[in-house]
Amino acid sequence: MFMQISWELLIGFWENLKIFILTLAFALPLGLVVCAGSMSGFSPLRWVTRGFVWVIRGTPLMLQLLIIFYGPGLLFRLPSLGRFSAVILAFAINYACYFSEIYRGGIESIPKGQFEAGQVLGMTKQQIFFKVELLQLVKRILAPMSNEIITLVKDTSLAHIIGVYEVIYVGQAFTKKGLIWPLFYTGAFYLVFSGLLTLLFGYFEKKLSYFRG
Amino acid sequence: MQVLQVNNLSKSYGKTQVLKDVSFSLEAGQVLAIIGSSGGGKSTLLRCLNFLETPNAGEILVNGKPLTGGTEEQIRQNRLHFGLVFQNFNLFPQYTVLQNITLAPALLKQGSAEQIQQKAQNLLSQVGLSHKADAYPYQLSGGQQQRVAIARALALNPEILCFDEPTSALDPELTGEVLRVIQNLKNEKNTMIVVTHEMEFAKQVADVVMYMADGLIEEMGTPEQVFEHPQSEKTRAFIQGAQKF
Repeated sequence: MFMQISWELLIGFWENLKIFILTLAFALPLGLVVCAGSMSGFSPLRWVTRGFVWVIRGTPLMLQLLIIFYGPGLLFRLPSLGRFSAVILAFAINYACYFSEIYRGGIESIPKGQFEAGQVLGMTKQQIFFKVELLQLVKRILAPMSNEIITLVKDTSLAHIIGVYEVIYVGQAFTKKGLIWPLFYTGAFYLVFSGLLTLLFGYFEKKLSYFRG
Repeated sequence: MQVLQVNNLSKSYGKTQVLKDVSFSLEAGQVLAIIGSSGGGKSTLLRCLNFLETPNAGEILVNGKPLTGGTEEQIRQNRLHFGLVFQNFNLFPQYTVLQNITLAPALLKQGSAEQIQQKAQNLLSQVGLSHKADAYPYQLSGGQQQRVAIARALALNPEILCFDEPTSALDPELTGEVLRVIQNLKNEKNTMIVVTHEMEFAKQVADVVMYMADGLIEEMGTPEQVFEHPQSEKTRAFIQGAQKF
């Protein structure tokens, strides 16, 4: 029975992993776009973007998920996105906003002198960004990004609220049969996965520890 | 031969005018020291020459040719006439000393990889840091970092090398090694502009001294003229203040 339940939970957790991977695939680049907007020299765009980021970061992800799933149908009589797509959309937008603020903090923390040094050495803006600033940026944002990404692992369980089949959904189903331990067991999946991520980020941090600044 | 000519350069930030109609010229191989109190416009002048700031009016001529044009590419080309050594070095932390020097020449395709490497090695030995080629900036003292920054600027063969208070961020015992490098560069006939608070150094190394105050060139002449026989009251007060001790 243990093997059987492990297998069922693993299938459930595969859904969590899918949410995790797809969210990162969309939110990491989308965060750059949002970041560019919130740092734009064109002030209307900057304020609209920052307002949007404020709303997304200032309200619960669960609420955003419910609105994206039920909103289109109830407000505009549009066909529903489907449970899984709604989760990915809500998560991608939410995490893009968080990532954008981490990117922005990182970019703003790089001393202006680095850019100017590149300029007086005749480099183009692109060369300065890719050859001088990017690696420093990655080093600076690694710790906050790993925090956020580990939070994402656990947030995937929020998909539960709109009835997406995922590991806690599976674990909870067993309680109706009188079994509580599978619910505890779901926690182990999160622990192992976030443990692996912690090791991965630790490795990256070590890789980048050869320089300071 | 006149290498640099600056005509009526002006720069304002909002209502504050930091450079007021500044004009001067510089001969090839000469060293110009710019002295003056903070806020007098010295650094802004250097930053205008290096196109880090855009002047509101005036023109800059190098070898008789005005440096004009507002496109990014033209500004980038204009910058290459000048080199700039910063007060805070601004070395690239993720690169070794040698890579700091070779990065820009490699990106600008100024020769083969071996030529660029070789030249960087030569420059490093010129500033006395051959043994630090593979070190990272954080492993160096301030004085060593500044000498690397000088080598990095020289790698692009600028016609005029500018220094923005090159020793102001250094511990007193480290200023000497940087000033000696600048002295050596003078002996090799490099044209240089040095913004400095080191009065003794200005006296010894400069061919021309410029005293700036309130965005104006208050006085300009040989070290002897400016330090020993200042014409203006302001200059005299500044020199006396600087030598009070």
